[in-house]
Amino acid sequence: MRKYVLRFTALAYLAVILLAPLTMVFVRAFDKGTDALWATLTDPNTLHAFKLTLLIAVIAVPLNTLFGVVCALAIVRRRFPGAGLVNAVVDLPLAISPVVVGLSLFLLYGRTGWFGPWFERHGTQILFSFPSMVIATIFVSLPFVAREVVPTLREIGDEQEQAARTLGANGWQTFWRITLPSIRWAIIYGVVLTTARCLGEYGAVAVVSGNIEGRTQTATLRVQDAYENFNQAGAYGIALVLAAMSVIVLVAMTLLKPKEDAA
Amino acid sequence: MSIVVRNVSKRFGDFQALDDVSLDVEGGALTALLGPSGSGKSTLLRIVAGLEWPDSGEIRLAGEDATELTTQQRGVGFVFQHYAAFKHMNVRQNIAFGLEVRKRPKAEIRSRVDELLELVQLQGFGDRFPAQLSGGQRQRMALARALAPEPRVLLLDEPFGALDARVRAELRSWLRRLHDETHTTTVFVTHDQEEAMDVADNVVVMNKGRVEQVAEPRELYDAPANEFVMSFVGQANRIGNAWVRPHDLEVVLEPNGTTREAQVERVVHLGFEVRAELMRDDGERLAVQLTRDQAAQLELERGQIVYVRPTRETVF
Repeated sequence: MRKYVLRFTALAYLAVILLAPLTMVFVRAFDKGTDALWATLTDPNTLHAFKLTLLIAVIAVPLNTLFGVVCALAIVRRRFPGAGLVNAVVDLPLAISPVVVGLSLFLLYGRTGWFGPWFERHGTQILFSFPSMVIATIFVSLPFVAREVVPTLREIGDEQEQAARTLGANGWQTFWRITLPSIRWAIIYGVVLTTARCLGEYGAVAVVSGNIEGRTQTATLRVQDAYENFNQAGAYGIALVLAAMSVIVLVAMTLLKPKEDAA
Repeated sequence: MSIVVRNVSKRFGDFQALDDVSLDVEGGALTALLGPSGSGKSTLLRIVAGLEWPDSGEIRLAGEDATELTTQQRGVGFVFQHYAAFKHMNVRQNIAFGLEVRKRPKAEIRSRVDELLELVQLQGFGDRFPAQLSGGQRQRMALARALAPEPRVLLLDEPFGALDARVRAELRSWLRRLHDETHTTTVFVTHDQEEAMDVADNVVVMNKGRVEQVAEPRELYDAPANEFVMSFVGQANRIGNAWVRPHDLEVVLEPNGTTREAQVERVVHLGFEVRAELMRDDGERLAVQLTRDQAAQLELERGQIVYVRPTRETVF
């Protein structure tokens, strides 16, 4: 009986907190009919917003995956002074509000900032353009891969790696053949979370992008824009696509995982 | 291949794991490093393998200085207590690993793996994954994996420590036979003196980061170098400043002038022998080992008063 109470409570909580708003988005998106929805979604500026969001993710996710794995290896495997500090710093993006991140980038790359004047002299515009949006997104989605990989690395220990070394494997062979296969699900899960975070990023990008329609407007910024301009169907439509992308990534991972474990 | 350890010291923080250890292991022998936990035996083995670096001292393999060589360069086979099986690879892939990283031809790898599967009696298990094997099978796989690249030295760190008693006894006689066939220089770490005495040609007794004695099993028992070895290898009673083995105590029912009075505290029948714990009149406890016939004759039972006399004692 207690089992059912717990189960019901958990499901009810999830339903209220997660599913209800998503359902609402779904229903509202179709409020004005499929034609209106299609028109909003195929609007050139909307398409550009999606392209921009995806492009940023395509750059930010691989970079953060690479960084996350290297960082996790450094934290767990290399005993060096300051490892604890690195460990703490990696979590910083989770603790700092994205708006603050955006503002700090603004200060750094602005006209009077540390790096701003240098880039301006070299003819590169960082703020209100693509580079700052990528930097902001990388910043906010930084910890996820490392956070997933660190506990897995700790759990598997380093005996298998030592065994590989005694068998004549060099560092690179050990990493590719032993370490990487052992942590691949942690990496994949980290990539999924990073991707979801990149697609959903709003605050930091909102501050640094300038939100110029058709140029520096990402999908999430466009949702907000549409909503403020009383284009509710548009807002819900774009939101629906964003949510669908994340759900597809999650479902794809869930479907893949058990097969791999049974092997 | 011979192993020479010269003046090796190693600290882990405040803990002195090895304190100026020197040791010669002759090529082709089966040597045991025996000692209580924390004696430094595993650290010494790992330093020989290049898995730890000594703070000072030198390691020579086959007469050449190997102190600066990486694990990869040393050409040693290493077997871990908890197998260190590659979980994502099946048995064949595990065994083939050392050959594959050396880029040996496929056909050669296949035949070598077949040969090793037979050697460790795992034919038919090649496609299994480590999770589908028993502990003993996993350790045999790990042994085959270590032997595959034909290492000059085989090092085993408490190889049977995680196995149950029966499998342990099986594997250690198997290890002995394997060594008799291959004559690969083999060093294994154990805290189990019976295991060391049973399997090894030579036993190195370690304590608190130092080597206490290096000897053949029999010599170790009959002529221990010091009190630590006396008390660690086999049981021993301390009587005054002398040490007496439990089987070197004579037990009689009547005093005869040279005997001391003692009371029987416990009698344990182990089938092939009988062990008794006695409490002497001065409060000193003694362990006695008797044959079944002796025990039957004395009709030993708890609370009984007997008279004991050492027949052989060792004084350091």
